[in-house]
Amino acid sequence: MSEMTYAEAKAAALRQVLEEDERVTLIGSSFFGLSPFRRLTDSLPAEYPTRVYKIPIAELGACGCGVGAAMAGLRPIVDISTASFIFEAWPQVVNEAPHVHYMSGGRARAPVVFHVLHGLRGGGAAQHSHSPQSMLWNTPGLEIVLPASPADVKGLLISSVRSDNPTVFLDQPVLFGMRGEVPEGDAAIPLGKAEVKRAGKDVTVVATSAAVQQCLKIAAALAGEGIDVEVVDPRTLVPFDAETIYASVGKTGRLVIVDETHQSCGVASEIAARVAEEAFDALRGPIRRVCTEDVPIPFAPVLETAISPNEEKIIRAIKLAVGAA
Amino acid sequence: MLPDVSAERLVAIGRRMLLIRRFEERLITLFQDKVFVGHYHVYIGQEATGVPAIAQLRPDDFLFSTHRNHGHNLARGVDPKMLLAEILGRVGGMSRGKAGTLHLSDPQRGIFHTSAVVGGSMPLATGAALAGKQLGKQQVSVCLFGDGALEEGAAYEAMNLASLWKVPIIFICENNCLEAREDIPGAWHTTCLTTQRLIDIAAALGHSTAAIDGGDVGAMWSAMSQALDRVRGGEGPCFIEAATIRWPGNFGLWPELPMGLTNLAWVWGAGEGPAAYEGWFREQDPLLRYLRELQAAGIADRDTILAWDEAVRKEVDAAAQFALGSPSPEPAEARRHVFVEAGR
Repeated sequence: MSEMTYAEAKAAALRQVLEEDERVTLIGSSFFGLSPFRRLTDSLPAEYPTRVYKIPIAELGACGCGVGAAMAGLRPIVDISTASFIFEAWPQVVNEAPHVHYMSGGRARAPVVFHVLHGLRGGGAAQHSHSPQSMLWNTPGLEIVLPASPADVKGLLISSVRSDNPTVFLDQPVLFGMRGEVPEGDAAIPLGKAEVKRAGKDVTVVATSAAVQQCLKIAAALAGEGIDVEVVDPRTLVPFDAETIYASVGKTGRLVIVDETHQSCGVASEIAARVAEEAFDALRGPIRRVCTEDVPIPFAPVLETAISPNEEKIIRAIKLAVGAA
Repeated sequence: MLPDVSAERLVAIGRRMLLIRRFEERLITLFQDKVFVGHYHVYIGQEATGVPAIAQLRPDDFLFSTHRNHGHNLARGVDPKMLLAEILGRVGGMSRGKAGTLHLSDPQRGIFHTSAVVGGSMPLATGAALAGKQLGKQQVSVCLFGDGALEEGAAYEAMNLASLWKVPIIFICENNCLEAREDIPGAWHTTCLTTQRLIDIAAALGHSTAAIDGGDVGAMWSAMSQALDRVRGGEGPCFIEAATIRWPGNFGLWPELPMGLTNLAWVWGAGEGPAAYEGWFREQDPLLRYLRELQAAGIADRDTILAWDEAVRKEVDAAAQFALGSPSPEPAEARRHVFVEAGR
């Protein structure tokens, strides 16, 4: 184990996959957007001059090229930076990549990774703040990965690149600077394994991406008030590890879901529906969702915070769930 | 003019064009008999473009087609039995009935996936070309599409990327809007591009371009041969516009057989046909044009051509027999192949 930042762990994963498999090709390479952490990968084009392709402002073309290159034998990672821009590439991401294996009757495959930075960023306003994972979850055939710690970003990125399926890898830039322990060597984490990030007995909080870290802080604070919160991180939406969540709800009897997608048909909606269908008997009260409100993302920070799944809303939902409100 | 190649290759091209024609005619008949469902697009009238282009590819080259893909698949040597079974939605189809007419593919022949979204294949084909460059085996990617694809933004992005990265790709635009009958009520609309010279678009993006008569096998052969030399040599993308004349059976929303089955007596100026389509079967039909050229060059006489036709018809009969005899897939088939299962 060694301690490093989320950004360092992600950069290490990129170097590891480039090193271990010469088919790995980067189409676009701004994995840290405009943040200062971009220096960690600035030298990749010079380190791998024939395997890093600079892209013009052409998300549709770049993502389509990633799919085509994957079908023809490469392992491309297409980086289009801000997740809101994935809508420019939507036809290739949701209407080509997930259909390659299926429409070929299992004869072709498209092992491409689409990398994007999702979520509220403080001042991103309506067109740069999206979390498209719930829309993507409505598209059969795509794997969806949402890391929430340094160890997870490294392990999940390695597994995403090794996967034979098209994968959308979304991370939240607010996590870049967080520090944590990361295993040495091949630290791959299989897709489809949720992790109980904090064990507790009173209420299950299922959180995704940056909301995991937010909920861990809240759980630590609520422990002082005698509320013992279990925090479960699915880590990937597809494949989805429902069993770990059912087991946790079986233990606590209460469920709060915290997620940054918009509330209607969001990630929390699907998780709530599954628990209601499959683990209803374990529930001792209503499931609570804490999501981004169903409005476009406003610019002013005070407005952005108001509609986000903020700390105040999460604490209120947990207290309502355990009957302490 | 005939391509400057061996008589054997010339014959193979003619027979392949004839196979496409008879296959598609049978398909229209099967649809009229309500044997399969869904909208479908036939390649009749464009055989002189796809066949000589695809015939020059290496087995490990990549090929991308469109919603109008039956002819390209047949030109690449895909088994007509499995193709027809797939079009009919039967389990004997290469995709076990999950692709249908719009998405025929054969990954072993470099046809990984067929996008039926207009323009959709252009970025995919560019990406395959990037793989071709990177894998170092001089594989080439060929992307066939209609004039409508150039109305899509994907075309611009793909063509620009192909030039920036200098990848080995040949874009072949089968412009089939010529003599389309927009004035006929219910007829399908045709191209809505501002420019009339489609190669100007590609030239502006740095492609090496050629505009040819898509009904002339020799012209296509030679343009493709030059393009392949260029892209395999690492000189960047090529763009060929092949002007094809829309077959009258494609004037409506659904393919029809307004002249009945192609009468090969039209090759030697005999045979009756509807007067309204005299121009088509006496002059424009690219299959008949090519067979006339073979006949004039002494490569095939009437009896030879009729013997090819008999053999081709038998092959199509066998395909129909196989496809019609293949059962529908079990419902559980719908849930297979959403993901590659290994390791999950």
